[in-house]
Amino acid sequence: MRFETLSDFKNYKNHISQEQKNGKEIWICGGPGCVANGSMSLAEEFAKALVKKTSSDDSTSFWHSIKVLIQHEDKNPEQLIKIGTTGCMGPCENGPIVHVEPDGFYYQKVTVDDIEGILSSIKENMPYKTKAMSGNDGKPAEIPSAENIPFLAKQKKLVLGKMTSMSPLELEDHIAHGGYSALIKALESMTPEEVCNEVKASGLRGRGGGGFPTGTKWESCRKSVSDKRYVLVNGDEGDPGAFMDRALMEGDPYSVIEGLTIGAYAIGSSEGIIYVRHEYPLAVKRLANAITNLEEAGLLGTNILGTGFDFHVEICKGGGAFVCGESTALMTSIEGKPGVPRVKYIRSTEKGLWESPTVLNNVETWANVPHIIVNGAEWFRAIGSENNSGTKVFALVGKVRNTGLVEVPMGTTLREIIYDIGGGVAKNRPFKAVQTGGPSGGCLPGSMLDTPVDFDSLTAAGSMMGSGGMIVMDDRTCMVDIARYFIDFLVEESCGKCVPCREGLKKMQMILHDLTEGKGQIGDTDALEELAEGISDTSLCALGQSAANPVLSTIRYFKDEYIEHEKDHFCRSGVCKKMFRVTIDEEKCKSCGLCSKNCPVDTIEKLDSGKYRIKQEGCIKCGACFEVCPFSSVDIVKEVIDHD
Amino acid sequence: MGEIDRIAEVLHKHKQDPRYLLAILLDIQESENYISIEAMRAAAEYLGVSESRVFAVVTFYRTLSQKKKGRKIIRVCMGTACHLRGSTAVLHELEKKLGIKSGGVTEDGEYTLETVNCVGACALAPVVTSGDITFGRMEPSKVAELLARGAFA
Repeated sequence: MRFETLSDFKNYKNHISQEQKNGKEIWICGGPGCVANGSMSLAEEFAKALVKKTSSDDSTSFWHSIKVLIQHEDKNPEQLIKIGTTGCMGPCENGPIVHVEPDGFYYQKVTVDDIEGILSSIKENMPYKTKAMSGNDGKPAEIPSAENIPFLAKQKKLVLGKMTSMSPLELEDHIAHGGYSALIKALESMTPEEVCNEVKASGLRGRGGGGFPTGTKWESCRKSVSDKRYVLVNGDEGDPGAFMDRALMEGDPYSVIEGLTIGAYAIGSSEGIIYVRHEYPLAVKRLANAITNLEEAGLLGTNILGTGFDFHVEICKGGGAFVCGESTALMTSIEGKPGVPRVKYIRSTEKGLWESPTVLNNVETWANVPHIIVNGAEWFRAIGSENNSGTKVFALVGKVRNTGLVEVPMGTTLREIIYDIGGGVAKNRPFKAVQTGGPSGGCLPGSMLDTPVDFDSLTAAGSMMGSGGMIVMDDRTCMVDIARYFIDFLVEESCGKCVPCREGLKKMQMILHDLTEGKGQIGDTDALEELAEGISDTSLCALGQSAANPVLSTIRYFKDEYIEHEKDHFCRSGVCKKMFRVTIDEEKCKSCGLCSKNCPVDTIEKLDSGKYRIKQEGCIKCGACFEVCPFSSVDIVKEVIDHD
Repeated sequence: MGEIDRIAEVLHKHKQDPRYLLAILLDIQESENYISIEAMRAAAEYLGVSESRVFAVVTFYRTLSQKKKGRKIIRVCMGTACHLRGSTAVLHELEKKLGIKSGGVTEDGEYTLETVNCVGACALAPVVTSGDITFGRMEPSKVAELLARGAFA
């Protein structure tokens, strides 16, 4: 398939759109979560079962109309039925997920034993209830379509929209689902300036965390005088606890490239580079496959669709350095040098990559662009809240019942995301905090749960939108330990160019290690605050300037825990091992013995009274007993330092 | 084919433009499991850049290593979600069972144990990866069995 002109493409699109409407589709989630739960072999079994049905069942034509859209990375043209999978569908906790179209049914934790049942249900046009995803009452939904499943109902899937019913490999599939309509519209009926203005009017802001207005960035690059301009994709998703961009690059690489191509057209660039972190080998593979297919189809390359517009895309792999997610460091890295940031006296839109005007946007930002061009700025502005139009994708993880990938309109509250979509804290434990924004963000307490999730509200609350990691923490999470964790991370990842970040963080790290090891001293918390302010004010790049946020936000909302660590040398959450011991309250103990059974070091003994007791000598303070006791009789108490 | 030939092969897959230095070094790392002084010299000569620039890049990026890594690399994810769900205990168990510290290589050259800052499989936390395989919902108690059946790649 190769398109020489705009009408070539349009004819093809009309043709396949009609073709796609026939028959049912079975989609098996191929996101990393489901793959680890065996979705690949499940997909193969589905295909085998279908082959069998087409040869034995009397309604052969019915089975033939079902396309099992499971596709191996290595295509085998001899296979009768195509084998493949989609990108991440979102409900990772309950994988493998199977999605049936056009009914829109979602099945969870599907095993090989369910294949027969699902296939018969498709034939009878009924939902297969045993594996239906949970409805509002927590039981399998009567009709397991998105609106009846709490995890999906409150989401608004815009950039993730195509991913649940499309192969990430096939360009044909992508086009059938509306892919590349935006580029066609832009090339056919909009000037580059109009594209720029449309994006500007949409209010789209950078999804990588900064929240800078995308259209303004494009416009400023467009106006810079130069023969050469670059468009870049920041796919160096380094925040621990975030996998939104991974999901997009692996699940819908074409949309990212389409957005990039539209951006190139708007600012007058003919060369784009996608910078992907080396830890995402599958994303690299999928993007490379997409680029090859697009070049073959004439949607990338020289004289695209006969319009005279040239655009080439290359992939550049990162080398495992967190700082390369910072815009100037990323460009230095593409140039083949150590990725250290530079001071931004001059914006990248004037002098960026190889001193040429450059637009760098995050993966998710690019993926939003086609939607804006197809549907218009007004439509986009209607989604989300004021000054924060559109949706945002989050990786909802940590101690939450339904972990997974979610997309919500901006302005949705933290509570709605964590409780309505995420189902609340795992194991019904009390909620303590939610961390957003990765190492540059902060932790917000229960009192802030009604904060709307948008760039401005989160910053005002002392956290940050960041790229979209959302990590839920329960009462067994120590906030001082979390601050220590992030500072440890940042010390290791600081590029070392400027002193405040390199040395200041190390100093903070020392204090935090003392605090979590029972060596805290009065005044430590104040010293941390002072250091934090210094680092924020004087660091060179955005990463350094925000590096102290995890400490500042935990001190702001959980100061009592810091004081407890500093003064009483006690960790109430039972995390900092030198500062607590675990005991069983004999009054509350009901002699069930669960704690003893679950103790990994066999250090819980049964007393003559039938109650249980923890022998302190052997206890490794893992907290297993605490987690399993149904009567809350396991207590975390202050460690007795004096053993006499 | 010896190391020198393999490196030459890697070099010629890339255009002679200094921008491809990192890409070249990543490929050498993958093929040789480390970057030798000879490899650095060869890359410098091929691209026409100074040896010091190549050295700067090798020492800057975490993925590139001057020490030969084990044949199988086990990576324990230290991302936030994994940290919350007990990745430190998993790492300690692997250190104990392999008899090496994180960053080390076993005496027989079989395993390298590393930590990694988030592999983006947070929903399965805590996670250990090896080659293309992801081991989700890890527990210290699973380590011995995985090592015994040679599950790591």
